[in-house]
Amino acid sequence: MHAAVVVFPGINRERDMAIALEKTCGRKPRMVWHKETDLSGIDLVVLPGGFSYGDYLRCGAMAAQSPVMRAVRAHAERGGHVLGVCNGFQILTEAGMLPGALLRNASLRFLSMDCHLRVERADTDFTRHYQRGQVFRAPLAHGDGNYFADDATLDRLEGEGLVALRYATPDGAIVPEANLNGSARNIAGIYTPNLRVLGLMPHPEDLVDPLMGGTDGKPLFDGLVAALAA
Amino acid sequence: MAQQVNQALARQFGLSADEYAKVLAIMGRTPTLTELGVFSVMWSEHCSYKSSRVWLKTLPTKAPWVIHGPGENAGVIDIGDGLAAIFKMESHNHPSFIEPYQGAATGVGGILRDVFTMGARPIANLNALRFGDPALPRTRRIVDGVVRGIGGYGNCVGVPTVGGEINFHPSYNGNPLVNAMTVGIAPKDRIFLSAAAGIGNPVVYVGSKTGRDGIHGATMASAEFGKDAEEKRPTVQVGDPFTEKLLIEACLELMATDAIVAIQDMGAAGLTSSSVEMAGKGGVGIELVLDQVPQRETGMTAYEMMLSESQERMLMVLRPDRQDVARAIFEKWDLDFAVIGHLTDTGRIVVKHRGVVEADIPLDPLAEQAPLYHRPTVEPPKPAPLGPVADPVGLAAGLMTLIGCPDVASRAWVWDQYDSTVGGQTVKRPGGADAAVVKIEDHARALALTTDCTPRYCKADPEVGGAQAVAEAWRNITATGALPLAVTDNMNFGNPEKPEIMGQFAAAIRGMAAACTALDFPVVSGNVSLYNETEGKGILPTPAIGGVGVLEDASKAVGIALIPELDLVLIGHSAGWLGQSLWLREVAGREDGPPPPVDLAVERRNGDFVRGRILSSTVHACHDVSDGGVLVAIAEMALAGNTGVRLLPEPAGVPPHAFWFGEDQGRYVLAVADSAALLQSAAFAGVPAVRIGQTGGGDLTLPDGGTISLPTLRAAHERFFPAWMNGPATR
Repeated sequence: MHAAVVVFPGINRERDMAIALEKTCGRKPRMVWHKETDLSGIDLVVLPGGFSYGDYLRCGAMAAQSPVMRAVRAHAERGGHVLGVCNGFQILTEAGMLPGALLRNASLRFLSMDCHLRVERADTDFTRHYQRGQVFRAPLAHGDGNYFADDATLDRLEGEGLVALRYATPDGAIVPEANLNGSARNIAGIYTPNLRVLGLMPHPEDLVDPLMGGTDGKPLFDGLVAALAA
Repeated sequence: MAQQVNQALARQFGLSADEYAKVLAIMGRTPTLTELGVFSVMWSEHCSYKSSRVWLKTLPTKAPWVIHGPGENAGVIDIGDGLAAIFKMESHNHPSFIEPYQGAATGVGGILRDVFTMGARPIANLNALRFGDPALPRTRRIVDGVVRGIGGYGNCVGVPTVGGEINFHPSYNGNPLVNAMTVGIAPKDRIFLSAAAGIGNPVVYVGSKTGRDGIHGATMASAEFGKDAEEKRPTVQVGDPFTEKLLIEACLELMATDAIVAIQDMGAAGLTSSSVEMAGKGGVGIELVLDQVPQRETGMTAYEMMLSESQERMLMVLRPDRQDVARAIFEKWDLDFAVIGHLTDTGRIVVKHRGVVEADIPLDPLAEQAPLYHRPTVEPPKPAPLGPVADPVGLAAGLMTLIGCPDVASRAWVWDQYDSTVGGQTVKRPGGADAAVVKIEDHARALALTTDCTPRYCKADPEVGGAQAVAEAWRNITATGALPLAVTDNMNFGNPEKPEIMGQFAAAIRGMAAACTALDFPVVSGNVSLYNETEGKGILPTPAIGGVGVLEDASKAVGIALIPELDLVLIGHSAGWLGQSLWLREVAGREDGPPPPVDLAVERRNGDFVRGRILSSTVHACHDVSDGGVLVAIAEMALAGNTGVRLLPEPAGVPPHAFWFGEDQGRYVLAVADSAALLQSAAFAGVPAVRIGQTGGGDLTLPDGGTISLPTLRAAHERFFPAWMNGPATR
């Protein structure tokens, strides 16, 4: 698998992501500066977490206009895989590549803690190493992770099976107490209709090593490596 | 600005009559406004350490592993594998009272720059915070702002905030303490210093543009507050963590080349202190042309530019043949890059603006004749011994009070607003162990990091309190299995012109020096914050200690969380010391007696023994005994692992409440599978050890038969912060 991690000014989890990718696929990802536009030879493009442009306008809004995003969009339109985590998810929604928006957390505070995620389908390239309904743990760290879309969009996402992950209790219950940031219908991550683009708020890349408290996030990367092995 | 320069203006700028006379003697004429500004900030308490320097010199600062001690932007120690840890703690107390969010945020930004300016990638932030009485509405507003500010800055720059401590006491009502610490890692042969060199070399300004914010911040931080504190808001700087993040990446990219001769951040007193210190340390002169300074406002005067404390700026001396390489890097990161002057052989700082010489000061006298005060001291009185104190409520009620009191209650509400995992190297997160453990990328080793001080001990006996702060930092690092290496100190005290305050300072330094020496734990960097008084009322003396230790193998680190079917063994001697204990204050309603003595030889013996056991992989969890004594320590371990404990009866000879809540020093609780082996090796090492309980179940069962379920204990522990912060609105 040839992966690229896009580096926007202000991104800060690009190193975490590079470590997780190298750990699982044995090859360092290409770090792509946001002014570059060539993604040829890349299987997986990752938009990592952080505070692109300081989140000063609206999270992800300025990064969504970066030169590299034309190439990311073209990559996705070719059927390429894209993973957007945290700020990366926000950038994908701002770029219109995923529907909805990420609002301020319902508590109006930054949240940094572990959450539990229920895998809504296990037949995608991102989740094939999980079971459907399986719950895994991941750190979250964001101030604006409260997923919002109008009811018609939410109904469509659910109807078309495009909800990837939901905030859950450790035993899989989808209840308000588990919905730490107030997201609509506990949604933590969503796909494009071709299931090749995933945006999610939590950080599976920070839980791939037992030393850091667990390996719950590793199957996501293992699955991608298996799907995109070349 | 046609301000008349005279003694009255000098006084406004914080210079005494004697100090102004010295300025006149050095200059041989009336200084210009800009020159007076330069003298006043360079000679401020904040920049010159004029009241504290004579005492700071008595601290031990050397060890074979110390690469750079105090005097650089931060301390540097060798941590093995060809790596250096670079760290420092710094206060932002005064600004955080005036404007909590920006005060705390820029405190984090400033200490980050002190560390990455030396070539280190910052890998962890910590803090030490003291706030006033929680019953005051203002305290809540300050806590909220400070926590948001620390998170807002640290989260955005992407440096994990992994540890810290918080105390509450009415003495901090008008003077909260915000001490921020950054730890970074660099190759030990790639450390960047600030001494300028090379006559003619360009002086380069990078980072944010200069505005009118923070003018005279250093002077503000060198005086007491009166009733007009709110009016000082314009002296507080505004932080821009996004630019800081770019600055970190650009500087580290440039540091990988050979372009930099010297580099220093623009912190307190901005362009003035950075240019004066760089030239002064290098023994050269410097000429600045302020017209070249990137400015965000129009019409700024030389005085304003030299004294501005706009954030996220650095000053560098570059090799002239590498200027273009450097410019390209900063342009890539969309940061300003401007040559604003050059080094000269005149030994003077010359500042030009619009074709006029606005300042022309000889550097040697500016540094060498800086005021240095041997301020009078009064030896702090020793507290009277504490007689016997009866237990008014019993063990269970005492524990429930302590576990929920503001000084012990769960800090999760705070930590949950700090990104503690960014970087992907956090082995022990806040609350997971006595010290935070952060692995070094691409290496097996990890650093153990902590901040500590027990101000109520320091108030009662500053010498014992100073020693205790150092010992507790050493103990917290030891309790993870790491070897403590060095400390940074942040001395927060009241008005040094009062002999009793200076007496506290001197005594605390004495205690710290003794502990640092006995524990091979030298001071490599630090900061002093004086005049922490409002309307004449001073804070508890608070010498906060930031400790750094190393674990060669990160996987050996232990935390405090219990699992079932282990024995709990208490290491160290328990005399049942209740003087100045938290139990005495919270349960018996008294703040008196002497603090627990610190026997440094015992401290070292017990700690070295505990560390050896942890590294032999026979210890499952370890927690030092501090605020609230053994019972609070065990309760915290039970909650962290969600595992109950059945306690054994206490040894004879000490009243139960004194045994379980006493705060004797040099003690640890260890959770082990084989207590017989542990007790045997402790006996062999001459270390007191006693089995005090076993783990399992869902309750904490007390030796007197009382039982507290973990959910009940947890509810009490976790109630304070959310209830307080989310409670009914107060003004």
